[in-house]
Amino acid sequence: MTYIPISPKERDAMLATIGVKTLDDLFKDVPARHRFPKLDLPPALTEMEAAAELADIAASNENVRGDLISFLGAGMYNHYIPSVVDHVLRRGEFYTAYTPYQPEISQGTLQAIFEYQSLMAALTGMEVSNASHYDGATAAAEAVNMAWAQFRGKRKKVVISPTVHPQYRAVIRTYTQGMELELAGDDPNADLGSGPEALMSLIDDNTMLLIVQYPDFFGRIYDYTKLIAGAHGKGALVCVVANPTALALFKTPGEMDADIVVGDGQPLGIPMWYGGPSLGFFTTKKSYVHKMAGRLVGETVDSRGQRAYVLTLTAREQHIKRERATSNICTNQGLLALASAVYMSLLGKSGMRQVAELCYHKAHYAAEQLSKIKGMELCFREPFFHEFALCLDRPAKDVNAHLLEHGILGGYDLGQDYPSLKNNLLIAVTEMNTKEEIDSLVEVLSEVDHG
Amino acid sequence: MANATTAPKIVEPTVFDLSSPGRKGVSFPDPDVPRAKLPESMLRKDLPLPELAEVDVVRHYMHLSKFNYSVDGGYYPLGSCTMKYNPKINEDTCRLPGFLFTHPLQPIETVQGNLALMYQLQEWLKEISGFAAVTLQPAAGAHGEFTGVLIMRAYHKSRGDSKRVKMLIPDSAHGTNPASSGMIGLQVVQIPSDARGNVDLKALKEQCDDTVVGMMLTNPNTLGLFDEHIEEVIKLVHDCGGLMYGDGANLNALLGIVRPGDLGFDVMHFNLHKTFSVPHGGGGPGSGPVGVVAHLADFLPEPLVGILEEATDDEPPLFGFIKPAKSIGRMKAFHGHFGGGHVRAFTYIAMHGPDGLKDISQYAVLNANYLLARLRKTYHVPFDRICMHEFVAEGQFAGSDVRALDIAKRLMDYNFHPPTNYFPLIVHEALMIEPTETENKDTLDAFADALIKIADEAKTQPDLLHNAPSTTQFGRMDEVKAARELVLCCWLPEDYAEKV
Repeated sequence: MTYIPISPKERDAMLATIGVKTLDDLFKDVPARHRFPKLDLPPALTEMEAAAELADIAASNENVRGDLISFLGAGMYNHYIPSVVDHVLRRGEFYTAYTPYQPEISQGTLQAIFEYQSLMAALTGMEVSNASHYDGATAAAEAVNMAWAQFRGKRKKVVISPTVHPQYRAVIRTYTQGMELELAGDDPNADLGSGPEALMSLIDDNTMLLIVQYPDFFGRIYDYTKLIAGAHGKGALVCVVANPTALALFKTPGEMDADIVVGDGQPLGIPMWYGGPSLGFFTTKKSYVHKMAGRLVGETVDSRGQRAYVLTLTAREQHIKRERATSNICTNQGLLALASAVYMSLLGKSGMRQVAELCYHKAHYAAEQLSKIKGMELCFREPFFHEFALCLDRPAKDVNAHLLEHGILGGYDLGQDYPSLKNNLLIAVTEMNTKEEIDSLVEVLSEVDHG
Repeated sequence: MANATTAPKIVEPTVFDLSSPGRKGVSFPDPDVPRAKLPESMLRKDLPLPELAEVDVVRHYMHLSKFNYSVDGGYYPLGSCTMKYNPKINEDTCRLPGFLFTHPLQPIETVQGNLALMYQLQEWLKEISGFAAVTLQPAAGAHGEFTGVLIMRAYHKSRGDSKRVKMLIPDSAHGTNPASSGMIGLQVVQIPSDARGNVDLKALKEQCDDTVVGMMLTNPNTLGLFDEHIEEVIKLVHDCGGLMYGDGANLNALLGIVRPGDLGFDVMHFNLHKTFSVPHGGGGPGSGPVGVVAHLADFLPEPLVGILEEATDDEPPLFGFIKPAKSIGRMKAFHGHFGGGHVRAFTYIAMHGPDGLKDISQYAVLNANYLLARLRKTYHVPFDRICMHEFVAEGQFAGSDVRALDIAKRLMDYNFHPPTNYFPLIVHEALMIEPTETENKDTLDAFADALIKIADEAKTQPDLLHNAPSTTQFGRMDEVKAARELVLCCWLPEDYAEKV
């Protein structure tokens, strides 16, 4: 299959205009010994064949909308996406446009991003949002870059709660490996039941940033107000990694006086897609806007007196500042920011709250039923949102294997990341899980008990 | 300033403007489980989000979409961005339920399709580029660059070679190259270009010493030119112990033409959203896999997709994740832009095969040279020789105050998207034109005719250009106002009083 719309006759006419005889004549600058390699790739498929092959590949997976009942979360969640979202995304005007560098003919993208920024600021309780990052983990790493820029490298310590998502902590370690920072608190062997205030002992005058998660990796809800005030007392900034669904129900990080709120926007109308792409949201206080990385859309007027939108404060960015830029980030996750904006607009005030409450009630029903099973109990007593850690009396791996035999995707095995949580499962429940599904999870796990 | 107090005209209200209390866009079922007690002290008091009906939302975004120029709507010759046509079948394959609804942490036995696809894509990208190993994890080109720079640093460090702090970068490079190096504290040394647009070999020689981490080179470069001394450039960098980074932004010129790995590059990122037809999405998501030579494979980010158990007569291989021995770590959560990036690129490569891929680059280069041939008499092209997939002209004329910006804006009146302007920095008033292979001769002719006519207008009616565009819904923007007033959010009508 080819998408080249040029006939042989047209090609020859064009070659004549250029003044060469053949297409190959255009490549004389390429060293002859390496020119025109024979690529060992399978022969081209037609569209019909490709559609069939891809359908076969996709069908060989077991998906969570038909093949498996899922209680797996740990940073990516199975939520319902209303039909409207993808209908909007499928408009070629949105998905085949580039970054809106020419605002006169890109107002669709620009206004959509401006609305995304507004919705995200409202959801997190913060003053400003950028146009998004790659995902929640890289947004958290960009929070470190921002704090570094804010203190001009004079403070060198970042305190990270061990209850921040293990992969987010890993990404922060990767991003900062050239910065000679001290990462404190990032210890999977730490006491995971001691509460967030325990982090206070690690925060000192050299601390540029504290990072906590809300709800934390184990689903627990803490009011971080006191901790944040304590960190501010030492002059440090505070970044809260938040689940956006939870923010429709619970006190916002903004109300707790967080300086930066980041997280993954996947729950807001983006399919799981085997892990990506999603988007990383990043909101902050207006006073830090000049230090924030990423694209930013601002309101203005055009030459005809019409309200319009442009990319603004571009002098912060790599294409102007080059090696002095806070970050090398170039794109945002434009189309997915649009997906989230459509999702939030459609669900609105009541729908967002409804989804969050459904998650909450269903997760609590599941937790209550599961903890009645002999040999199983909730690992923590703190309030939680839609995820909870379940302590088992046998290896989590065996329990998950048994569940899978019954078509159930069990929880995340916490022993992979936390030695003290061996035999623990992180169970996620969303509005997609019916009571029937939860009951069958309980039933199959009760069998394990008897077996 | 007479207009300072006049409220701007609103062409399309925001979703906040459109909100009306009590409207609903979607309903969810009532809970089928008993309601649990909510922790009162932790609840949110107010959720200031809009309230709209489904039809309100659909019409709003439909209106917004009409304000966008797009590849589906017209010609988009944006230099260095490879705005090729995005095949529609990709939109279907990436939305197959088996891809959309699989969780990244599922047991590998339940996602062998995904893993097989990723493994195959790694193998194909290796073959296309001539590298020994490929990671699909990076999320975009700049993310791939950062990955590559971290790999280069880790390689030198693993050899105890700690004095290497300099990254050599040509003056024609994308801004992300120095920014990626700056992110890990490397010292960026700019290398000038010579009169033919190649890396200045003399200047490069002067910088090549034992403090060089490596060089980041886009080839063909941002002038659209294939470096005539590419092998010498690479040899100079290698001879001083440096590594050669290839910015794959311009790979659309090289498919089946030459493999960067064969030329001696050590690391390179691919832009699946440029070369392999992943749509640009109004600024993402992209996908930026990275390829490396064998001696850098151990440093790739984790995890890679590998074969855990070889195939037998009865069973296909078991695919799973492997962690490279000296991995720089993880670049993002999970496995990269699988659905939006890997599946679309896989579909595209499968449908082209080796000959189809070569055609892509040959016709991309044909189209660029054809436009260059048609325009060189009217626009000065400072580095004028056979180009690859793009070229850079000057958007200025002797004795005229018309600038590249004016030409760009005037092109909108002819219903074309302008080329990239003011980049690369080494050409005055640059117009960087990349036609791509998916445009026909008629379109290219119409575009060339428009540019020639605009050059004439610049002499006879310069105000047409200064005031352009005039036929679009929106005119030029007050960018100073945007930066000075910094209105970055809107709110519900009832919240405005306290926010503004």
